[in-house]
Amino acid sequence: MSAKKIQIRRGGGLGQLLIPLVALAILLLFNLIRDPGFYSIGVAVNNSGNRVLTGNVISIIDSASELAIIALGMTLVTAACGGQDISVGAVGTIAGSIFVKVLKAFPSINLGAVLAAMLACCLVAVLFNLFNGALVSVFRIQPMIATLILFSCGRSIAYWIVGSATPQIDSPIISAMGMTIPGIPIPTPIFGVILVGLLLALIFRFTTLRLYTESVGVNQGAARLNGINPVVIKLLSFVILGVCVAVAGVIGTCRMGQVSHKTLLIDIEMDAILAVAIGGNNLGGGRFRISGSILGAYIIQMLTTTLLAMRVDPVNIKAYKAVVIIIIVMAGSPVVKSRLTALWSRARLSRGVN
Amino acid sequence: MQGDAVLTMRGISKQFPGTKALNNVDFTLRRGEIHALMGENGAGKSTLIKVLTGVHEKDGGSIHVEGIEGETHIHSPQDAQNAGISTVYQEITLCPNLTVAENMFIGRTEGAMVHWKEYEKRAAAILGSLGIPARPRQELSSCSLAVQQMVAIARAVDMNCKVLILDEPTSSLDEKEVEMLFGLMRDLKSRGVGIIFVTHFLEQVYAVSDRITVLRNGELVGEYAVRDLPQVELVAKMMGKDLNDMAQLEQLGQKSQPGEDVVYQAENLSSAESRPFDFRIRKGEVNGFTGLLGSGRSESVRAIFGADRVTGGRVRVHGRNVKIAKPHDAMKNGIGYLPEDRKRDGIIADLSVRDNIILALQVMKGFFHPMSRSEMEKFADEYIRALSIKTAGKDTPVGSLSGGNQQKVILARWLLTHPDYLILDEPTRGIDVGTKLEIQKLVLKLAEENMSVTFISSEIEEMLRTCSRLIVMRDRNIVGELTGDELTQAHVMKTIAGGGAEA
Repeated sequence: MSAKKIQIRRGGGLGQLLIPLVALAILLLFNLIRDPGFYSIGVAVNNSGNRVLTGNVISIIDSASELAIIALGMTLVTAACGGQDISVGAVGTIAGSIFVKVLKAFPSINLGAVLAAMLACCLVAVLFNLFNGALVSVFRIQPMIATLILFSCGRSIAYWIVGSATPQIDSPIISAMGMTIPGIPIPTPIFGVILVGLLLALIFRFTTLRLYTESVGVNQGAARLNGINPVVIKLLSFVILGVCVAVAGVIGTCRMGQVSHKTLLIDIEMDAILAVAIGGNNLGGGRFRISGSILGAYIIQMLTTTLLAMRVDPVNIKAYKAVVIIIIVMAGSPVVKSRLTALWSRARLSRGVN
Repeated sequence: MQGDAVLTMRGISKQFPGTKALNNVDFTLRRGEIHALMGENGAGKSTLIKVLTGVHEKDGGSIHVEGIEGETHIHSPQDAQNAGISTVYQEITLCPNLTVAENMFIGRTEGAMVHWKEYEKRAAAILGSLGIPARPRQELSSCSLAVQQMVAIARAVDMNCKVLILDEPTSSLDEKEVEMLFGLMRDLKSRGVGIIFVTHFLEQVYAVSDRITVLRNGELVGEYAVRDLPQVELVAKMMGKDLNDMAQLEQLGQKSQPGEDVVYQAENLSSAESRPFDFRIRKGEVNGFTGLLGSGRSESVRAIFGADRVTGGRVRVHGRNVKIAKPHDAMKNGIGYLPEDRKRDGIIADLSVRDNIILALQVMKGFFHPMSRSEMEKFADEYIRALSIKTAGKDTPVGSLSGGNQQKVILARWLLTHPDYLILDEPTRGIDVGTKLEIQKLVLKLAEENMSVTFISSEIEEMLRTCSRLIVMRDRNIVGELTGDELTQAHVMKTIAGGGAEA
């Protein structure tokens, strides 16, 4: 089996990104043919009186923000632990609730209050994820089972924190964070993705996190014999995911101007795992590509927006999405990949002979 | 077919791609006999067992089982069972969460309805008659390992087996449990069951067996009655050395002269896997641990490196008291360790040759000091050249390299850290002869450059060629230490076998 995996990996470089890039290209092309106006970008004045960019492209990139940020962290957890965290939606909602709770404690919502609230919700999300991480790394429980606990009860905890169904927060700062900053026509959540992406890139640049994570993911025992502590690396991946989840929770909360334990970041865990998979990352851990997961996140959002633009009944969207995702995931499966590779090399060979 | 033979195998051959696993091997098992099947790793023991149990198909030869007319054809484990051949493997292959009785009858109940009451009664009768301390309705996992093994045997016996194969049954049992198992084996023997006993423990062979068949490199060495084959001769036969010839084997290569400074010293060091032992190594010295598989040689060096949980002992490096509890501690103290199982513990298969080479050095530099890309490339290039590692490129996943080149990558990994003391556990296993020699030469060269090396190999010649001191282990204890003139095959074997030649 490993031999097969290696064969595929040997494509190296762009190899892993080939399938998601092709999928994205097909989606782009499909929309172009279907409706050339799909990509038009306009300028409009929104409710707060700001001039903002509008159009499907902006909307796709904007609404995929939470998913993209969580997919970043999910990639690390997947790589280190060989499993996925399904509690990200629930923990993100807890983070959103803490954010609102802390803001409500201040007499007025100013920049200091927002910073304090963000710090608090990051801390709480990291603590909850340390719980997940400890179950996975110290007690060696399968990640999906370990995170099933918070998946089931996390949203109840969120409700319990704020003490009412949907507490509102209303402030220019909040709408600036969730929508647009006056004078800047690009939605703020997009900057959130860039910020988290940059932060992670810096971590990879100035630490050995990538090498350690991949080593632990591929061969935990060998990593240990080279002086790496697999427990610490796995915990670290959960901590980083915790921060991602908190940021996503804050963005989602600011976007709505309220925290709803029932709808905030709903179903995002499955989409995040899907983004990691579409990005060509091995869900069994090991080598990973963050860019693949981000691409995956935008593909998923693009799919949703396309279907909405085609006036598909929102109730049916999930079914259509499922069909497309089956195709993408199958195209990236080892069996199909090796068949395609074989076909490709045979074609090249016959061309060479002729 | 001999009169009292229950199983006769004649001229068995089995070929795997690239190797002849069995070449014209004969094996005879008599009624009511415990017959030990002996041989070092790769001798063909397990292939022979697998041919007999239908896991592998033989390429040539014949098998006769008592009571079956003509040749017995075994194409599947089911065929073997029908012929009355049962196997109890080293790892217990029962279901731990079922009851004892369920485990004994699962898969061989008749009809659609299962009368568990009746089966429980039958189970109780069998367990009682064999004197196995287990209740039919007890969950299997609540029994000790030894009892679980005995339940597996009881299941086999109840299937009317004529031939019972016990593959390393004692490796996870303590002494008392081993005695219990031996009791059961003798009981079965008196009932006429023929037992094939595969083990690495020499003393256990002599405690319970009637006859020994020795294999080496896929060929039959011979069949002996236990009383005619002293332990030391058994060892010699397993290793393929004639006792008289062994003394004459000359030594090749220049051995290094160890310096005076003690680089590493351990007193009463013990780990979760090894018994307490003392050990020290001087600057520029090459020493070896020898002993049969399971003798504890690997476990000892793992304890030195902190690879298993260290449970006690005092360690000094360069005369300073240090604490080595985990691999990272050992690395900081200038110790490197090439593990015995390259695939499981050594390589990180999916990662590139470059990443695999720089890994240990990078870990020593620390989490916040990543090496630059150009630095990594430089080191990778340097060591790929120095050890002539054959790889398509630095980015090639190490898993796609040949075994010998994988081993060189791990060697490069540790050489790059410039250790004072390098532990090499079976660095030459499963690699081609050319690379083996290269590695031995490298060891001697490193010692000349004042590195201390522990070199472990299953091939004694390799160790005699490279080591100036050999520590001999048997049944997890150090039983001798050989230096100078004592470094001969004969001496090593005698010490391994415990023939009174302990130095």
